[in-house]
Amino acid sequence: MNTTAQQSITATNPWVSFAVRRLGRFALSLIVLVTAAFAMIRLIPGDPVRAALGSQAPQALVDAQRSTLGLDLPLGEQYLRYVGELFAGDLGSSLITRQPVIQIIADRLPATAQLAGIAFVFTLIVAVPLGLAIAVATRDGRRRPVDIGFSSVTGILGAMPEFLLAVGLVFIFAVQLKIFGVAGRTDAASFILPVVALSSGAIAILARLVRVEAARALQEEYVRTARSKRLPARIIYLRHTLPNVLTATLTIAGLLLSGMLAGTVLIENVFAWPGLGTTIVQSITTKDYAAVQAIVLIYGAGALLINLIVDIVLAVADPRSTIRES
Amino acid sequence: MHATILTRRRRLRGFQANTIAIVAIVMIGAITLTAVLAPVLISQSANSPDTAAILQGPSAEHWLGTDNLGRDVLARVLYATRLSLLLALGATAIAGSCGILIGSLPAVLGRAGGRAVTTALNMAVAFPGLLLVLFLAVIFGVGAQGAMLAVGFAQAPFFARITQTLTASVAGKDYVAAAKLLGVGPARILGRYVLPNVAEPLLVNLSVTIGQSLLVFSGLSFLGLGVQSPDYDWGRMLGEGLTRIYSAPAAALAPGIAVVIAGLAFNLAGDGLAKSVGSGNARLATARPVFRQRAQSATAPGPHADLVLSVRNLEVRFPARSSSGWVRAVNGVDLSVSRGEAVGVVGESGSGKSLMTAAAVRMLPYPGLASADELAFDGVDLRGPDSPALQRHLGTGISMIFQDPMNALNPSLRVGHQVTEAPRFHRRLSRTQAKRFAIALLDALRIPRPELRAGQYPHEYSGGMRQRSVIAMGLSVTPQLIVADEPTTALDVTVQRQTLQILKQAQHDTGAAILFISHDLAVVAQLCDRVLVMYAGEIVEELPVTRLSAAAHPYTRALLAASPDMSTGRGAPLASIPGVPPQLTDERRGCSFAPRCRFATEECRTQTPPTVELDEGRRVACFHPQPATTSLTQGAHT
Repeated sequence: MNTTAQQSITATNPWVSFAVRRLGRFALSLIVLVTAAFAMIRLIPGDPVRAALGSQAPQALVDAQRSTLGLDLPLGEQYLRYVGELFAGDLGSSLITRQPVIQIIADRLPATAQLAGIAFVFTLIVAVPLGLAIAVATRDGRRRPVDIGFSSVTGILGAMPEFLLAVGLVFIFAVQLKIFGVAGRTDAASFILPVVALSSGAIAILARLVRVEAARALQEEYVRTARSKRLPARIIYLRHTLPNVLTATLTIAGLLLSGMLAGTVLIENVFAWPGLGTTIVQSITTKDYAAVQAIVLIYGAGALLINLIVDIVLAVADPRSTIRES
Repeated sequence: MHATILTRRRRLRGFQANTIAIVAIVMIGAITLTAVLAPVLISQSANSPDTAAILQGPSAEHWLGTDNLGRDVLARVLYATRLSLLLALGATAIAGSCGILIGSLPAVLGRAGGRAVTTALNMAVAFPGLLLVLFLAVIFGVGAQGAMLAVGFAQAPFFARITQTLTASVAGKDYVAAAKLLGVGPARILGRYVLPNVAEPLLVNLSVTIGQSLLVFSGLSFLGLGVQSPDYDWGRMLGEGLTRIYSAPAAALAPGIAVVIAGLAFNLAGDGLAKSVGSGNARLATARPVFRQRAQSATAPGPHADLVLSVRNLEVRFPARSSSGWVRAVNGVDLSVSRGEAVGVVGESGSGKSLMTAAAVRMLPYPGLASADELAFDGVDLRGPDSPALQRHLGTGISMIFQDPMNALNPSLRVGHQVTEAPRFHRRLSRTQAKRFAIALLDALRIPRPELRAGQYPHEYSGGMRQRSVIAMGLSVTPQLIVADEPTTALDVTVQRQTLQILKQAQHDTGAAILFISHDLAVVAQLCDRVLVMYAGEIVEELPVTRLSAAAHPYTRALLAASPDMSTGRGAPLASIPGVPPQLTDERRGCSFAPRCRFATEECRTQTPPTVELDEGRRVACFHPQPATTSLTQGAHT
């Protein structure tokens, strides 16, 4: 559409062009997200406030709530008011408990972020060395049984939904072996099952990717050249192979992280984890739309932020990355 | 040989894919049958409370025990199949129809509209699917119907994205362009030309989407947002079973297993169909012949002070792919390289020249096996076990330059680092020393502004500069021997000539010997002192490069005739050697070249010709060595 303008920016500095483009997309996505969250309550058939408060609630209370939410104003005015309140850090109040939603989120978000963060780090720590080790062990068609075993196990784990795995883990480790508690966030040990359940699928997917990418790199001429320099194995694999796997790994890891953020909703409900995931489900069930709206916004913004960070890290880590060139 | 192996492998892969697809389809059939029959046959035991049998463990009567109202868990799992499957199918129908509709819009809308749709899809797909499901579940309301709409619409962007990618690939095809030229309207193009051609992958994707929907739906019901009491699907059973997982674990596990089996069945059916439809090339990488080094002890090596590399009776084998036998890639060759000498090894592809050289310097790839009566580099026997000292000896004594210089540099590492990596590791060069050395090396190979260039990555280099840095890398250890495996094959003529000049200069400056592998006699003649001609894993002739025109072996003659030079008339057809090299698996008898040789006699076909010395430096393995007077071009044009 504006190729000449883009080219002139690119000609000045690819980083500026990248920043403009990427931040522009982030801003656009945020606007879409905010609009979607705003529209959500308005799209619910019937009167959401009446639905939330129940048919027994006095009409005066319903009307008061409607006007607090601004639902009696014209739509355009409602939108401006909503956006204005967002900028002021006001996410509204719960329809049920009247508690400020920002307070609920402040209480609950850390547990969710902690779970997703630990699971993500655990995924990287396990998946990258595992994928690389399998690629090295099975290079040039060595050790077929290892290859087949790895492909089968990761194939099944990658396709299995995390909450089903969580139930299986609870049964084996909490019910049968009684090693861990069934639920709750208490000591460090209480993190183990939720983190394993949340990250197993991601580990399987990421390890497969690292393995494929590393196997491809191992076939490259530059690895043969490194071997011809008679360098020790650790240098050949860690210095000459691993860096060439990172771009693809980071791209997928970013997707997995935002998927994990969403996956916490199910995992938290299996383990009764006191995070946003249990809160959003309760809020949906009790029709506390103000809380749902705000939590959806938080999750969505989290996913967008992760995508943005991954793209920036990619651009810095791999200067040839298509992000800067495309 | 390779062709037959590939067909066999492809067929095998097709067979495996088919087996998977067949197993998956049988599973889907069983699931469908259960969905149809279970509500008719076992409604009673699934739904009627039995207060006498509350929360029982597995027994002969209740295989998976009973739930808190005394209902049979197995019966309930089977009964729930219908609702679970129907809801997943409903969601898939929504996802499929919306997805195909939105995904084919860009093909119809023209550029601006198409781009808008694509951008919107990209944004929707960037959101985690589960968030989209929850968002939509709020709008459509809690319950089976709302959840079905939510799961369906949440998957629509993914389906649309795939449709868009597929239609975009077809929209560029010639027959679509032709139809457009003929004035066929966009809707008709889509319906008649585009969609029918992407129907197969779309069907595959529909199957996968059913599996996905089953899994996502069970998650939603598990959270209490899907199917509501008194109805139940697998997800709801799972959610309620979880609260009693201590007293009745089967009530939580059985529906979970049902979800996994059903989800896997549809996913596998999709995968299996996709694999038998498309060509899965993922495994082709392993179809490459691969070798491993294994030294075999034999008689002690005799020291030759003037020889940098000396090899006697080298054999290289690797396991045959088609049978349990071995392929003899190199068959008892002798090879010696004097200090400072340039030796060329020529032969057609598959003649074993690269493998012979790789084995000679301990670089034979897996699963190859090498054995030799003598194998020594610079006086050190290479046949023993590996050791750091041996690696240092080889790493500082030999450098290798491979076929594709463009890919020999690691894209993730700075060129300066790569150029001096070997001496830094083997000679313990410090960081600053290495940096200074890298700049000096790049400068010596006429790379402009070497201080700047040393800190750059390969993609910032031009092709010629990369080529020269690869050679700089080879010279960084001041090797005794440079092994160059077709280093000029991937290059154009100008760069090829420059490369040869640089190699020649490097040899002159450092006194290194060169082992130069090529299929091109003309290139070898420019650089080398001596030529070894390989055919079918054997050295058939060895001669000084100055005597090439007097080559005695018919194969060398044919090679010479097949390489055009300035005296070749422009109108003359390019000569080639008729016939193909023998399969190396065969138990060979007689001269390997006999079937392609126009001088071959009965003797050639039954007995192996010994290698005889014709005169000083000229050895040939042939019963009918040709005198120098025979015309070179005679046999080639036939």
